[in-house]
Amino acid sequence: MTDPTTTPPVDSPVPTFSDLAAEQHPTLDPTGEPTVDPTSTITTRRPEPIDAGRIELSEAPRAVLSCTDVSCYYGAFRAVNEVTMDIGVHEITALIGPSGCGKSTILRALNRMNDLIPGTRVEGTIAYHGMDIYAKDVDPIEVRRRIGMVFQKPNPFPKSIYDNVAYGPKVTGMKVSNMDDVVEQSLRDAALWDEVKDKLKQSAYGLSGGQQQRLCIARTIAVKPEVILMDEPCSALDPIATARIEDLMLELRDDYTIVIVTHNMQQAARVADRTAFFTAEAAEGNGDRTGHLVEFAETTKIFSTPSDPRTEDYISGRFG
Amino acid sequence: MSTISAGAGPSTTSRGPRPSSEPPTSLRSTRPRYGEKAAYAFLVVAAGVSILTTVGIVLSLLLPALQFFREVSVLEFLTGTSWTPRFQQKSYGVLPLITGTLWTTAIALSVSIPIGLGAAIYLSEYASTRTRKIFKPTLELLAGVPSVVYGLFAVVFVGPVVLNQWLGIEVGTFSVLAAGLVLGVMIIPTVASLSEDAMSAVPRSLREASYGLGANRMRTVLRVVFPAAISGIAAAIVLGLSRAVGETMIVAMAAGSQAKMVTNPLEGGQTMTGFIASAALGDSVQGSLDYYTLFAVGLALFVITLIINLISIRLVNRFREEY
Amino acid sequence: MATITAEPMSDARPLTAASHGERNPQSLVFLILLWLSLAFGLLVLAVLLVTTFLDGLPRMDSALFTNYASQLNPETAGARAAILGSALVIGVTALMAIPIGIAAASYLEEFASRKSRFAKYVELNVQNLAAVPAIIYGMLAAAAAVAIGLQRNTVLAGGIALALLILPVVIVSTREALRAVPQEIRQGSLALGASPMQTLQRQTLPAAIPGIATGTILALSRAMGEAAPLLLLGGLVFVQFDPNGLLSGFTTMPIQIFNWAGRSQEEFQQLAAAASIVLLVLVIAMNGVAIVIRNKFSNPR
Repeated sequence: MTDPTTTPPVDSPVPTFSDLAAEQHPTLDPTGEPTVDPTSTITTRRPEPIDAGRIELSEAPRAVLSCTDVSCYYGAFRAVNEVTMDIGVHEITALIGPSGCGKSTILRALNRMNDLIPGTRVEGTIAYHGMDIYAKDVDPIEVRRRIGMVFQKPNPFPKSIYDNVAYGPKVTGMKVSNMDDVVEQSLRDAALWDEVKDKLKQSAYGLSGGQQQRLCIARTIAVKPEVILMDEPCSALDPIATARIEDLMLELRDDYTIVIVTHNMQQAARVADRTAFFTAEAAEGNGDRTGHLVEFAETTKIFSTPSDPRTEDYISGRFG
Repeated sequence: MSTISAGAGPSTTSRGPRPSSEPPTSLRSTRPRYGEKAAYAFLVVAAGVSILTTVGIVLSLLLPALQFFREVSVLEFLTGTSWTPRFQQKSYGVLPLITGTLWTTAIALSVSIPIGLGAAIYLSEYASTRTRKIFKPTLELLAGVPSVVYGLFAVVFVGPVVLNQWLGIEVGTFSVLAAGLVLGVMIIPTVASLSEDAMSAVPRSLREASYGLGANRMRTVLRVVFPAAISGIAAAIVLGLSRAVGETMIVAMAAGSQAKMVTNPLEGGQTMTGFIASAALGDSVQGSLDYYTLFAVGLALFVITLIINLISIRLVNRFREEY
Repeated sequence: MATITAEPMSDARPLTAASHGERNPQSLVFLILLWLSLAFGLLVLAVLLVTTFLDGLPRMDSALFTNYASQLNPETAGARAAILGSALVIGVTALMAIPIGIAAASYLEEFASRKSRFAKYVELNVQNLAAVPAIIYGMLAAAAAVAIGLQRNTVLAGGIALALLILPVVIVSTREALRAVPQEIRQGSLALGASPMQTLQRQTLPAAIPGIATGTILALSRAMGEAAPLLLLGGLVFVQFDPNGLLSGFTTMPIQIFNWAGRSQEEFQQLAAAASIVLLVLVIAMNGVAIVIRNKFSNPR
């Protein structure tokens, strides 16, 4: 077993699709933590950060979203504690960590989807291009128009494929000269056009899971947001569909900024430019686990030379 | 940039115009959305209609009733045993009407409770899913039959044929018994439906525990399921009671319009609702005592059903909490 | 080591007797009683339908539909005014109860916060109003009509009475239909930047339409069969003209049946039965449509 700390794979060749498919996709054990089959053909146990044409990352991200001391509360329970990190523009940022460490909570705080749950509260500042999105005069609808979200379980509307994609531009009042063009372009950008171009008027429910998720991505990009949040977008999909969505993410990165929560370390290693590792720790003796941001750095660094021993333990599978 | 795209089509051609790379200047609302504010106001007003309705009911009963009580003392109203607002010798004791309501309701419950519960137990515990699917909606159809049709049935069939001919029970054109029986049939679905829901909601584990101890189905139903569902069943019965008290057409058509202290169900008698119906059809001059009498009885009816309903609501909420 | 021997139970029965637990006379009698209960309910329904049908059949002629009611000539009397009146009043009822009911249910289900006292009062009121006797709604409508200067025996007043009567039912069934729409649909819409009202109008309500339709049709079929609320509006019993507008006088099928049933001549009883057939057909048809809609659209996707 090669020692990953001495041979960082910087110049690996651009992998082909069959390489990715051949890589052992980890399965989730019942506690939801990724496990790696020790008999896989890849000899290293830790996920190898793949440099699939990675952009040269500057030391600090050019921030489109920045969190400063953000804590999220459900009533009196603090779910996430004092997160400070910047989401870089045109980057893919992954939030990884064991279950219950607040990754999804933080993600949903970024586009004010937590507002929908009564009793939630956010302290600290989340700034979008410098503007506090929780300020008093901010309209959450405007926030969500610019920061979109794709959910864990594909949730297309009970309408036709066309209407699913056209819905966003319609309700947000986008000036559209030709809706057909917008729909086609969005479906193309989501790598779904060829599969559905002949059945645009059919119900979205007739599509497979992977197609439905790409449809959800298509309708999200139809409103031309700046940031796309993805909450475990592939966890309900099979490996082939997952791989296609990961490809799609890499393509979308040119035009959007993507933040993805994932349980799958290998996925983070494959697609993310930067990775944030969260963990949950029991707070002040009452047994409730509060999430903390442990480490946030370029993916290559997280997976090869993490600074924090907790990160090291997580990514080498010592704890889930 | 990798072009991994198994079957996803050309990925870099004709990309749409890039999203504007200029940061937005503000996150304030861009459109005033007046239409939505108006729609929201409509929703709130619509919700308020219910409160207005209750207020309206109370006022429309209370104000004329107060006029009535200016001339007739509350004591006489509540304790008098003679109700003769139309005769020369007027007396305004409401007890006769209350006995009429009590008798019809009691007969109705004595029909609907055993049969409703029996049907409910059968459908919930014994019937196959298919049987249930067919017979539950059919039973609900009993609730859909208009009450005038029930009233006609009582007058034309139950009285003369069932009671007189088949059972040999002598009744006149009007009888509290005929009215009560048909009223009971009408509320069978009310009792059955809610009881069946209550029993179906009892968790399987309770039944299995009973079977595991060696009890047979009858014992399980009677000793385990039934007691567990008791608050739902109580709610069902109270709801049936409320409907029986408030029903007008059946009793107006079949029980008669003779207000007296009912002691013999084979005779006719007038209920509170029956009186209101017949008074409404009669010609009472607006503003006269006759006219206000209607509302006094209406108020009494409303108060009685309100009490019953509040009990029922509390039972239903308790039943919902348990499961 | 002591051997443990099991003492046979004194009244041990072989295991094959387990099924006897279900076969004992008590259980059988119980089961028969239960079955009889169900059968009784269905039997009475059947007898009611059959006797009404047989009684009314002789008068199921075209005169029933084309002629007006008459005090003196039961042979030629018809329910024309009542049929048209019912149709008109139910239309008015629907126009009032459906929008208000859907709006109120939407408010309670989608917009009201858990802590809102207003919402709690509304809910309590709806629950109570659902069980208020029908005749009291007549009193309310009569008083309301007088208060706004409307004549009591008008189609509009009748519509108001029936609409208020069925409003709680419409609200409750619409709320259930809204609750059945999966939360993910709303979240998907909001995440795209739609407002809550847009989400309601364009996603939630359309998705809830089958459930709303079922509840509404059942409520309207109940309104069609009600006579008590209309009795207090007065002047409905002897109507010999077609209703011609919101302010026109009118009568309805249930009122006509009530009137005819109260006459002593047998011909009038027949008429009452014939009109009952028509009313029953309409009510059963509406119930059937509602059930079909419910079954057709209740498949989870």
